[in-house]
Amino acid sequence: MSARTRADRAADPEARVALARLVAEQEVIVCTGSGGVGKTTTAAVIALEGARQGRRTCVVTIDPAKRLADALGLESLSNTPSRIEGPWDGELWALMLDTKTTFDDLVLKNAETPEQAEGILANRFYRNISGALSGTQEYMAMEKLYELHDERNFDLVVVDTPPTRNALDFLEAPRRLTRFLDHRLYRVLMTPTRGIVKAVNLAAQAFLRTVSKVVGGDVVSDAIAFFTAFDGMEQGFRDRAEATLELLSDEVTAFVLVAAPRREVVEEASFFAAKLTEAGIPVRALIVNRMHPKFGDGDPGATVERARRFEGTDLGGLYANLADFQQVAANEENHLAGLAAKVAPAPVIRIPFLQTDVHDLDGLGEIGRHLFPQ
Amino acid sequence: MVIVAGKGGVGKTTVSAALARAAALAGLSTLIIEVEGKSGLATLFGQPTFDYEQVTLSPGGGPDGAADVSARTLTPDDALVEYLEDHGLSRISRRLVSTGAVDMVATAAPGIKDILILGKVKQIEQKRRFDLIVLDAPASGHAISFLRSARGLLDAVRVGPINAQARDVLDLLTDAERCQVVLVTLPEETPVNELVETAYLLEDEVGVSLGPVVVNGTYASLDGLDADPAAAAEAAGAALRKGEAQILADAAGFRRHRMALQSEQIERLADLLPLPQLSLPYLFDSDLGPAEVDVLAHRLLDGIVGLTELASPT
Repeated sequence: MSARTRADRAADPEARVALARLVAEQEVIVCTGSGGVGKTTTAAVIALEGARQGRRTCVVTIDPAKRLADALGLESLSNTPSRIEGPWDGELWALMLDTKTTFDDLVLKNAETPEQAEGILANRFYRNISGALSGTQEYMAMEKLYELHDERNFDLVVVDTPPTRNALDFLEAPRRLTRFLDHRLYRVLMTPTRGIVKAVNLAAQAFLRTVSKVVGGDVVSDAIAFFTAFDGMEQGFRDRAEATLELLSDEVTAFVLVAAPRREVVEEASFFAAKLTEAGIPVRALIVNRMHPKFGDGDPGATVERARRFEGTDLGGLYANLADFQQVAANEENHLAGLAAKVAPAPVIRIPFLQTDVHDLDGLGEIGRHLFPQ
Repeated sequence: MVIVAGKGGVGKTTVSAALARAAALAGLSTLIIEVEGKSGLATLFGQPTFDYEQVTLSPGGGPDGAADVSARTLTPDDALVEYLEDHGLSRISRRLVSTGAVDMVATAAPGIKDILILGKVKQIEQKRRFDLIVLDAPASGHAISFLRSARGLLDAVRVGPINAQARDVLDLLTDAERCQVVLVTLPEETPVNELVETAYLLEDEVGVSLGPVVVNGTYASLDGLDADPAAAAEAAGAALRKGEAQILADAAGFRRHRMALQSEQIERLADLLPLPQLSLPYLFDSDLGPAEVDVLAHRLLDGIVGLTELASPT
């Protein structure tokens, strides 16, 4: 019988129960954290648990690793969820966010006439916005989330957030476009050249000349065509952005912070937790992936000492190895202590290092065994 | 110039630091350029955080004859202001930035922020004040669009200074004598897959030349990992406490298992991508600081010497 590792013991049963309760009760779960910590996988595992609990669940993933996408039966970007069959009481659906199509749909929904929509969709400047405006992916993820929740076809929608350096990008994203549309320079550009506004327009023309000089005249005329075509749709976009933000800060939505126990990740997660708290959004659970196991309760210093005493022998090597892992486990716990306090009373669930990468439903189930009570 | 790129969480910044320090130890004055900020690069050298102004992270001189490692952060806003000033538009440059016009121009012509930064990098490279520039690129998805921006803008903006800028940047990126990309990965399945995909995209779509791949976080081997703890203790004339044999065996088993998985992935990487590999050890002992950066820098130097010998057998 193998000695039980600290990672196993630290998986406090109460924390698992608390996380399972979130999955049972929330309508929306947002998985957030820095890049490379396993957010997408965690979102999929949470959705799987939702289905197991008998709920109709949909997971919105963003750029999953190919094998995970395959595991979820996601062959390409799609804007409608596809169902994953399996031995659970509820339903499991998944979709891989298609940023551009989601944006197109939003334009179609808000346009007053089909001609207006067409004019916008064909505009080069619009195609740049829908593909490249920073935060568009975040914005569309939140828009998709809002739409899926609003349609009420699902009891629970789990969403993965894009990897981002700026913690609050996806919270700010829905407002960013409306802010962009409200920008006073564009207001000025769109003002008819008549009477009193003429002076302002001179400034606008100077600005346009400068921009044209730098990026070329086509770009500017495309932009003007876009704003002309968009005229009248701003309010619809603005209302939708506000509604999305309301949903994100509503009690039906829970934010789950995903992290790894490395120092820089924990620092970023702490920053993130602080920002969410400032925005009035509590972190409802902290999931830490890839914890090294802790072997024994010994102090790393004493083990290092023994490794030194028996240096050059097999026993010395065995102690040196043990010391490595005891040190790493101690460091990880040190890093996490502050973060756990910061998100308290949110449950902290630790997932040990898994033997292989996850690329099928069994793999997701295996992580589920560490996350939820069995 | 060396551009260091890789998926988030693989230790891209650590590798940038180690590469820069390795170059400095070899006597090359080196500048690290950061483009995303907040990366912990300053902490790695035990220095306070820095921004657009150039700072010295690791002074040279001393008995080892090392050169300086300097660093600065480039942001699109700063680069635009400089760009406009250089083009006789200083009067409006600050206003353009403060009114958020950069965001709008950037939306009108995507890639413009990236080209502003790369344009600045190119300018620094041409001044030849440093022997080596290490560019800590954005995480991989963005790294591709970042490096692709030059080609994209050449198509989108056919005249004017931005076009000229894009052309110069592309010249730099595709000149194997002046610029190479070093891709960083962990010896794990998903990061390896992503690295291979990035490598081909960068070669095909940007035309950059790829240097060695850095495999970071490799477990070093230790003596005795296969030994039975009780027998090893007897051989060493030591007594184990109750339960200790099991703990030692479990820890050794864990490392052996991880090492086997790692070498599987390292071989897979070699099969998928015909590029030389440099391996950096996983550092268990503590949080990374200047001492650890030095250890890694020496490993890189040893590895590079090994590769050179491999390339030119005598």
